[in-house]
Amino acid sequence: MKTTAALPRSPIQRFSNFLYAHPALGLALLLGPPLVWMIGIYLSSLFTMLVQSFFRLDDFTGQIVREFTLSTYAQLFTASNLDIVQRTAGMATAVTLATLLIAFPLAYYMARYASTRAKGFLYLAVTLPLWSSYLVKVYAWKLILAKEGILSWVIGQLHLTAGMDWLLGIPTIGGPSLSISPIGIFLVFVYVWLPYMILPIQAALERVPKSLLEASGDLGAKPAKTFRHVILPLAFPGMVAGSLFTFSLTLGDFIVPSVMGNSSFYIGQAVLSHQGTSGNIPLAAAMTSVPLLIMAIYLILARRLGALDAL
Amino acid sequence: MSKSSTPAIQFKDVSRHFGDVRAVDHVDLQIADGEFFTMLGPSGSGKTTCLRMIAGFDQPTSGQIFLHGTDVSYLPPYEREVNTVFQDYALFPHMTVLDNVAYGLMVRNVPKDKRKAEAEKMLELVRLPGLGKRKPSQLSGGQRQRVALARALILKPRVLLLDEPLGALDLKLRQEMQLELKALQEQVGITFVYVTHDQEEALTMSDSLAVFNQGRIEQVGAPAEIYESPASEFVAGFVGVSNLIRGPLAKQITGSTATFSIRPEKIHILKAGEKPPSEAYSAGGLISDVIYLGMYTRYEVDLGGGNILTVAQQNLTTTKGKPLAAKGQQVQLFWEKDHAKQIGAK
Repeated sequence: MKTTAALPRSPIQRFSNFLYAHPALGLALLLGPPLVWMIGIYLSSLFTMLVQSFFRLDDFTGQIVREFTLSTYAQLFTASNLDIVQRTAGMATAVTLATLLIAFPLAYYMARYASTRAKGFLYLAVTLPLWSSYLVKVYAWKLILAKEGILSWVIGQLHLTAGMDWLLGIPTIGGPSLSISPIGIFLVFVYVWLPYMILPIQAALERVPKSLLEASGDLGAKPAKTFRHVILPLAFPGMVAGSLFTFSLTLGDFIVPSVMGNSSFYIGQAVLSHQGTSGNIPLAAAMTSVPLLIMAIYLILARRLGALDAL
Repeated sequence: MSKSSTPAIQFKDVSRHFGDVRAVDHVDLQIADGEFFTMLGPSGSGKTTCLRMIAGFDQPTSGQIFLHGTDVSYLPPYEREVNTVFQDYALFPHMTVLDNVAYGLMVRNVPKDKRKAEAEKMLELVRLPGLGKRKPSQLSGGQRQRVALARALILKPRVLLLDEPLGALDLKLRQEMQLELKALQEQVGITFVYVTHDQEEALTMSDSLAVFNQGRIEQVGAPAEIYESPASEFVAGFVGVSNLIRGPLAKQITGSTATFSIRPEKIHILKAGEKPPSEAYSAGGLISDVIYLGMYTRYEVDLGGGNILTVAQQNLTTTKGKPLAAKGQQVQLFWEKDHAKQIGAK
């Protein structure tokens, strides 16, 4: 195009034309900043942490011995540390299952039935809790669940106090009140992570064309079978994505257990105390690799089950 | 399969309203058993809604729908002995082709070996043997179309519903599939109800067809009947190209002001010095445009007063460039009286 070439061009135009002629350079500019961040900040700190986990703390001097050893990992297998891992993984599983049960119907409603307006409202309602500080929410729950709190009052008004007392009397999950018990931790976790479960499931269901459900019914499947053979498998990637959030967020959290919990530690609290008060960075690092390992196993299992095929 | 005298499908005064929109408006219809029946109409004419009401995806606001004599108006899809081929095929993306085809048997708890064997037989019927292990995303549009067909036919429905199933295919494949579908329908001997907006497709395949417009049926009949004797101006205009002549010009030509239609291919252009036969209508005009279309040439002839007739002439001889030269010439047209169809008259 000779006529356009003759036109005067601004430096920006010349630059964009230069990029057009050199696509590799354009790609480098596109990926440069995120790569610097991912490799320089994110992956290198992760790597540093993993390296630390293979050092050990000298019990006498309190100094970190920078030699390769598996003895720190061996410490994870003491009864008290195994207890912490088990408790945390159990909580993460319970929270994930509960959020799944609550999130799915709402996500299904949003994807299938809600009008555009209702959907917008629901998006807002679901994400609204994320706008306020996480700490504020956790402490608000502390008040709601306290012995003199509104929930106990409502339960009392409904003459269900005996039921709540029975629940709080169950050894591993109970405690003196809802605000100081694993049940309380569970309730707050379900509350704070719920949006992370709803949104991916909703996105997955949104991509299922209505005609697939019609086709299933047309071929003789009653709604329950359509759900099992069509809706559930197609929503599965969204459920896995959501559970990655709820599971890993619960595994690493130390605030909710320390605000709502009793003296039983969760992984996050253990990491905090090892790297803080006791200065045992290697053990803290080894402890942190436990959630990483659990998530890796979880992803591999999900992949085996074919959950990621539809991605 | 023996044909019964009870209609396969019957609509009794069926209406379907969506809010203020009357998608289907007092439709009465009978579809005979074993027939290839087409619902033809522009988009929004109610044909797809009618099909969806037969399948059970939609329910009538009023009226009744009978399937082989049984009232099914408000039954859910899974209680009806009809199956559907969807416009977007609606194949399950997470299943293999074989599992897709076997789906109807799977939900009926047919043992695995048996449904696999059945599904393979169906894939052979639609000429896709050996593709069972693939996922739908690995197939071409035409192949997906066939899988959807096999999946719908595996339950041996008495009625198969097809919702613009060839819409996404290219012309050549579409024409091939039209003939193949027609042959398949004759082979399996069940009623096909076919929805399309393509009038050529409707004429090619149907035993009879209904022309829909604005939620109502304008005309039901065999393809030739619809084409040769359109019952309304809409049918004349929608099915094929039609010249409508009305008012003063009609009176000048036929002696009556009644509107009539004349198909472009039925009009002859008189050669210079020839006289029109006595038993024919004739009119004179100016060729305002000539369009060469390969098989035939289309002339637009201006008769004056805003009346332009479309005339199609088969290109019987090598006419390279010749027809185009006719532009701007004054010509005399004629057509047999029989071919001028008064609108509404049989």
